[in-house]
Amino acid sequence: MTGLVADWLGAACLTAGALLSLAAGIGVLRFPDVLDRMHAATKPQVLGVLLLLAGVALRLRTASDVGMLVLVAVFQLATAPVAAQMVGRAAYRSGRVDRALLDTDELADR
Amino acid sequence: MTPGAGVGPAAGDGPGGPRRVAVGRGGRRRDQAVALGWLVLIWLLLWGDVSWGNLLGGLVVGVAVLLFFPLPPVTFGGRLRPGALLVLAATFAAELISASVRVAAVAVRPGYRPRGAIIAVPLRVRTDLNLALTAEVISLVPGTLILDVDRDQGVLYVHVLDVRGPGDLAASRDRVLTVERRVVRAIGSAAEVRQLHTPPADRRKKS
Repeated sequence: MTGLVADWLGAACLTAGALLSLAAGIGVLRFPDVLDRMHAATKPQVLGVLLLLAGVALRLRTASDVGMLVLVAVFQLATAPVAAQMVGRAAYRSGRVDRALLDTDELADR
Repeated sequence: MTPGAGVGPAAGDGPGGPRRVAVGRGGRRRDQAVALGWLVLIWLLLWGDVSWGNLLGGLVVGVAVLLFFPLPPVTFGGRLRPGALLVLAATFAAELISASVRVAAVAVRPGYRPRGAIIAVPLRVRTDLNLALTAEVISLVPGTLILDVDRDQGVLYVHVLDVRGPGDLAASRDRVLTVERRVVRAIGSAAEVRQLHTPPADRRKKS
């Protein structure tokens, strides 16, 4: 019985995670410039990956697999912001930012 | 950027900026022991089972990592508050979900071009740890992206997605400061918590 519930919960997590990852992919394609794309590439994808990992954990339900999945989640959370910041900063400093899309830019006067 | 531009005389060594507090040898040893513990735990999780061989292997690899890739010491002057930590985690999870859905909706809405903005948010507590953790949480929550960090002045430069007016900018600024408040309440020292109640001065260099 608990197995059945966990299976269904896992399936729901997998579906939701896949949909979020799909939205992230569409965002990367559709957003006009680097910074907007970074939002799509790093953000819905963070929750998407977490949901996928939770779904897989609910399906597998063995201690060693769950440990590995927790590790993947922790490293995903720790590294995604760093990567996003590096790409965003590189894009800004090399002038690859479309200023027409910005309402204000308080980094410009620094 | 000259250090101390537009800042009071005691800006560098106030309670907000004890960045290079001398850490005694004992404190450094303790930090390394904690780091070794985490490294061994990660090693065990990677192998997937606990055995004497894995434990020994983890210790050897952990010591090697600490010896060959030493990190600058992080000064941790505060203390952990479980209640506030729980608040931080819960609000983070809630914001992660609601903001993910929002960015996903913006991404798939047909014919919609979101506008963005880059805002500078001076933090009230300028320790490295607070700066890093606040930036991390802000970055993980969709809709906000850290572009640059001014470590000396404690300013985060945040790119905000889907800005519709000045109200959204003020709201984003408040959100960053709210995250900072939760982080400091969870791990900051008593002096840092008091510092939260002073309004953030605009420490950016005026051009």
